[in-house]
Amino acid sequence: MNSNLFIIIISSAIFYGTPLFFAALGGILTERGGVLNLGVEGTMLIGAVAGAWGSQHVGGSSWMTITMAIVIGMLAGGLVSTLLAFLCITLKVNQTVAGLAITIFAGTVGLSSYFAKTWGVSESPVTRQIRKLDVLGLADTPILGPIFFNQNILTYLSWILCVASSIYLFRSRFGLHLRAVGESPATADAMGINVTRYRYLHTIFGGALAGAGGVFYSLAIVPNWVDGMTAGAGWIAIALVIFGFWRPGLTLVGAYLFGALQSLSSTLKARNVSISGDLLNALPFFMTIVVLVLVSSRFAHRRLGAPAALGVPYEREER
Amino acid sequence: MTDQVAVRMSGIVKRFPGVVANDGVDLEIRAGEVHALLGENGAGKSTLSNILCGLYRADEGVVEVAGRQSEFSSPRDALNAGIGMVHQHFRLVPTFTVAENVVLGESDGSLFMNHDQVAARVQELSDRYALAVDPTARIWQLSVGEQQRVEILKVLYRGAKVLILDEPTAVLTPIEARSLFATLRAMGEEGRSVIFISHKLGEVMAVSDRVTVLRGGRTVGTVDTSETSTRDLASLMVGRSVDFDRVVRATPADTDTTVLRVEDVSVTDDRGRVSLHQISFTIGRGEIVGVAGVAGNGQRELAEVISGIRVPIAGRISVMDEELKLGKARAAISSGIAHVPEDRLHTGLAAGHSVEDNLALKNYRSVQISKFRLLKRRAIREQASTLVERYDVKTPDTVTPVRLLSGGNVQKVLLAREFSALPSVLIAASPTRGLDVGAIETVRERLVAAADEGVGVLLISEDLDEILSLADRILVMYEGRIVDDLPATGADRERIGLTMGGSNTTEAVK
Repeated sequence: MNSNLFIIIISSAIFYGTPLFFAALGGILTERGGVLNLGVEGTMLIGAVAGAWGSQHVGGSSWMTITMAIVIGMLAGGLVSTLLAFLCITLKVNQTVAGLAITIFAGTVGLSSYFAKTWGVSESPVTRQIRKLDVLGLADTPILGPIFFNQNILTYLSWILCVASSIYLFRSRFGLHLRAVGESPATADAMGINVTRYRYLHTIFGGALAGAGGVFYSLAIVPNWVDGMTAGAGWIAIALVIFGFWRPGLTLVGAYLFGALQSLSSTLKARNVSISGDLLNALPFFMTIVVLVLVSSRFAHRRLGAPAALGVPYEREER
Repeated sequence: MTDQVAVRMSGIVKRFPGVVANDGVDLEIRAGEVHALLGENGAGKSTLSNILCGLYRADEGVVEVAGRQSEFSSPRDALNAGIGMVHQHFRLVPTFTVAENVVLGESDGSLFMNHDQVAARVQELSDRYALAVDPTARIWQLSVGEQQRVEILKVLYRGAKVLILDEPTAVLTPIEARSLFATLRAMGEEGRSVIFISHKLGEVMAVSDRVTVLRGGRTVGTVDTSETSTRDLASLMVGRSVDFDRVVRATPADTDTTVLRVEDVSVTDDRGRVSLHQISFTIGRGEIVGVAGVAGNGQRELAEVISGIRVPIAGRISVMDEELKLGKARAAISSGIAHVPEDRLHTGLAAGHSVEDNLALKNYRSVQISKFRLLKRRAIREQASTLVERYDVKTPDTVTPVRLLSGGNVQKVLLAREFSALPSVLIAASPTRGLDVGAIETVRERLVAAADEGVGVLLISEDLDEILSLADRILVMYEGRIVDDLPATGADRERIGLTMGGSNTTEAVK
């Protein structure tokens, strides 16, 4: 393996890992507040179709279009998870069921495909894509150039978000309160923290981040609208949250690992390495299963620092 | 202590479905005093303090704080008015540090929390009031006593002038209790008032300036501690002069016939630590053996291992001289062991299921109510109606989910099911906890009646009075060992109290 291939794999790992990270970061914020979002996959697809629609319908400069498409994708994702929040927080339904319902309802051959048809998103190709930037003209720098200075705007945004969310979660008062809500909502409530509000806001914002991850698929990876195009990325993101111990930094590393697995098949094919493409494509999902099995044991849950109240609706204690 | 009034509650009435918890209570707290609120379980102490700290709203009556009429709709309101409560069950986030727990919910307008500054303030408070605890330690690393200090710090940090402590010594060792008392006095000297809720006379005498005694939801009287005695307080508390009565047994215990024999049983708890160390004891026919001890010294594991829910790492258990297959609930049941667990609605009954289904949970495989492995609904219903009547369960019908019943009736359903299996051994863990006075009486009568019929009863309770009045023999547990075994008649409370706290000397608790 020469160093050239190595660099390509790293830079495309970052590329493919970015939407995973967006969705996983959304999952971290949601789960830190104690809400389990299994609707990520559906939310990402809605974000993807909304972003594609935005890129076709918002005029103006390329920058303007792309920004608006991302914003629209995030709004759509936020809207979907508002529904989840209402189900889980206000109606206190079983969160696993609610999340699965969202994914089935919004996902492949569901609402996202319906919108794609009725809005004509799938008929015409996406005209404007999120292109890779040449930051400070350093893209051609050997080794570091392709990895750090030749990514697209969402990747750079994800790096900012990674740092910002770490500070938010572990240094700010809001983060402290959010974690208290996820660990022990009764305690948080007794200390005057509005459990419902914290859960709603973070679930909705988490959904918006999943939406941004979806936009990455329809405007950067493919780039076009294809039914069910996220192809399980939402599930990988859910595994990544656990894999990253509910911490943004570790999750970013995990996302790139999975990104590498995802990019491997196309990279190797282009190089005429003969490994079954199907097998390679299945690798991330295989890894997801392994990760989920490993960490879903009770032992792991206690050790890894899963929010103690994750998946448990909060009801104030009455006599 | 001054004569300035910090809090005055007058004519407080609070009703719950089926119970009047407070029925016209008056309470006056002066600035800088340690004021004990004394009463039996169910006398209305906790309800009264929950009203004062904003958790409940009084149905009638007036609360005045520093002369101003106040009404609190949340604990936060009460805190803002300078009233903070330290609950029996701590409200702490286990994964957070002490400092983080202390500032939780506080907002001084800044986005970031200054950990060093908070830690310094917590340290300062903890030094001033002798509340030794490391501000940077995480809650799960702390002992129960330390966690309680964190709760007190939380309230002090918010500048509370009046602190309510709900049975604070229930979870403490005597040494920790003594240091708590020092803290309370220090707070009194600084002009803060402390409301100290307890049903332990010795503590009240040791720590308080004045005592208000509640009985049956009413104020019986307020006295200066220096002008009263343990004996006077006790008679105020129970409404009669007490050398607390021992229950009179119709049939005395027959200790020559052993119904339960536990030999060298060792058990690990959920975390894998050894929580029972080679426990051995026997229960005779019709004997009530009380297990005294501070919660968490292995009582739960003891009950679980005998009833087959927990697998021991060593030891033997036999019922009526027949060795039991350990760690099998069904083996325990069929050998005649009945279990009334402390957590009635989780371990004892299926809370969402109907009364009749719960009553059938134990004998569902018997021929009376099942045939070809299918249940006979009508037989189940008839069985339920009979039991509901016999045990006087107050329920609209037999299909009502048990979680909708009051605590006393839930316990009656559980007892009905366990007794109807005609057991030879009954394990009862805190059978009267959380019940109202009437229900407590009923449950105790049932236990004694069972013993009279020859059932060997293991009564695990934190309520020493309960054990002293019901048991024939008392085992004291401390850190997973039986540290004392004595007959209940003429038992020395002081001695039991001391051994419960792990000391075997004659050192006085003061």
